[in-house]
Amino acid sequence: MATIVQFENVGLRYGSGTETLSDISFSLQSGAFYFLTGASGAGKTSLLRLMYLAQRPSRGIIRLFGEDAVVLPRDRLPGFRRRIGVVFQDFRLVPHLSAWDNIALPLHVAGMPVAEINEAVREMLAWVGLADRAEARPATLSGGEQQRVAIARAVIARPELLVADEPTGNVDPEMADRLIHLFGSLGKLGTTVVVATHDLHLLTRLPQAQMMRLDRGRLHDPTGLLRFPTAAA
Amino acid sequence: MSENRTARVLDEARGLRAMVWVMAIMLFLTVLAAALGLGTASAGRLLDRQLAGRLTVQLVGGDARASDAAAGAVLARLRRMPQVTRAVAVPRADLVRLLRPWLGEAAEDGELPVPAMIDVDLRDADDASVARVAGQVRAASPLARVDRHQSWMSPVSGLMRTLTWLAAALVALLALATAIVVVLTARAGLEAHRGTIEVMHMLGSTDVQVARLFQRRIVRDAAMGGLVGTAAAMGMTALVGGQVSRLGSELLGGILLAPLDWALLAALPFLFMGVATLAARWTVTRALRHNL
Repeated sequence: MATIVQFENVGLRYGSGTETLSDISFSLQSGAFYFLTGASGAGKTSLLRLMYLAQRPSRGIIRLFGEDAVVLPRDRLPGFRRRIGVVFQDFRLVPHLSAWDNIALPLHVAGMPVAEINEAVREMLAWVGLADRAEARPATLSGGEQQRVAIARAVIARPELLVADEPTGNVDPEMADRLIHLFGSLGKLGTTVVVATHDLHLLTRLPQAQMMRLDRGRLHDPTGLLRFPTAAA
Repeated sequence: MSENRTARVLDEARGLRAMVWVMAIMLFLTVLAAALGLGTASAGRLLDRQLAGRLTVQLVGGDARASDAAAGAVLARLRRMPQVTRAVAVPRADLVRLLRPWLGEAAEDGELPVPAMIDVDLRDADDASVARVAGQVRAASPLARVDRHQSWMSPVSGLMRTLTWLAAALVALLALATAIVVVLTARAGLEAHRGTIEVMHMLGSTDVQVARLFQRRIVRDAAMGGLVGTAAAMGMTALVGGQVSRLGSELLGGILLAPLDWALLAALPFLFMGVATLAARWTVTRALRHNL
């Protein structure tokens, strides 16, 4: 399996405060599923932001899809971001667009023909159980529905890396199970999935998943399956 | 979802909606200023055409008989010159009629030392031709004084030129003001849509794609407002033009716009849309460069 994401001694500091993330080193393989756990404030969202290129690290090396992401020129970021799907903790749906239009956005950005977009969106809405809410705007959707729209938007372009920040936080347990298995099935298509959660119940649902645990900005590997660069060397 | 539906990402931008009215006002003022400039330029050209190469020869003598005799000699000389296309003595009766408003019945007094006058049209209006003709006239009679019509009317021509440049400066200033308004509107829009733009970036949008969203919206608003403002100003120009033409004044008649002038006025909103497009794209891409 190819290495999709590799962090080496990565540190992140906001302003002049103490480091939010320190000495983070790991590598993620293509098609594998990873849970990222840790208490609130442990640095899960910061680590994910580094992965989906919303933030550059203060130090260390990040390699994404085989390239150094730290020194990646700004004009190459869009191309990399199109290969990454993100489910934000606060959904970040565009408020003036319908569920349909929100889900279709990544495909429009990628310049896909409208007929293909319509087909993909229809399929995706059915997949997340929102076929009858296609024209609803985010404000009229429940928290769970918004979350499912956000998930559909993140996966519709079949990303190579899917990063989800608490993607089951607003759905009932049954839907949470369904979504996690849905994420798990993406691995079969070659998508690497990283799900940040503090819901320990979820971790038992996918036995093949590997786990990273953040504790006050430092990474631990309770399953011992992650490939730390130092260990690999 | 069509491309237009993607553009609705910015639908609720209240700041952008104000663009319609701002552009309507800007284009209304711009078209009026441009119409004034084109009108005065056209009147100035007409005046120059009418006055170029026209002279008046005055023969200022002690009495009417002496000046009339000198006029005859000068007229004969003028008609032999190849540079002169027309030389006509102004009839005494016409001179008396011109003087009557100031002198009353005394204008008809035969003893009044009214100079004899000759209207002259030259083939070429250049200084050398005028100097040659003036020299020969003075040689024909020491009583002769040559006046160029262009010199009399030069303050009027100067005023026309000043008004034309003033109008051009106003158009340029209004274009600059429009660009500034677009920059401020785009900045306000960027601020209002910061979250959406971040999401678009995370989905892989390039700066140009994001800029195009703003640009399309701003240009659409600019086009709507611009066309309304231009139509209103062109209507007003046509109304004023109609009133001017009814005056029957030769000088003011020159202010009336030619078809090409109307075409230039109609092109102004498109020029301003171009300015708005460039200003919007420049503002947005420049601002986004500071984001990751």
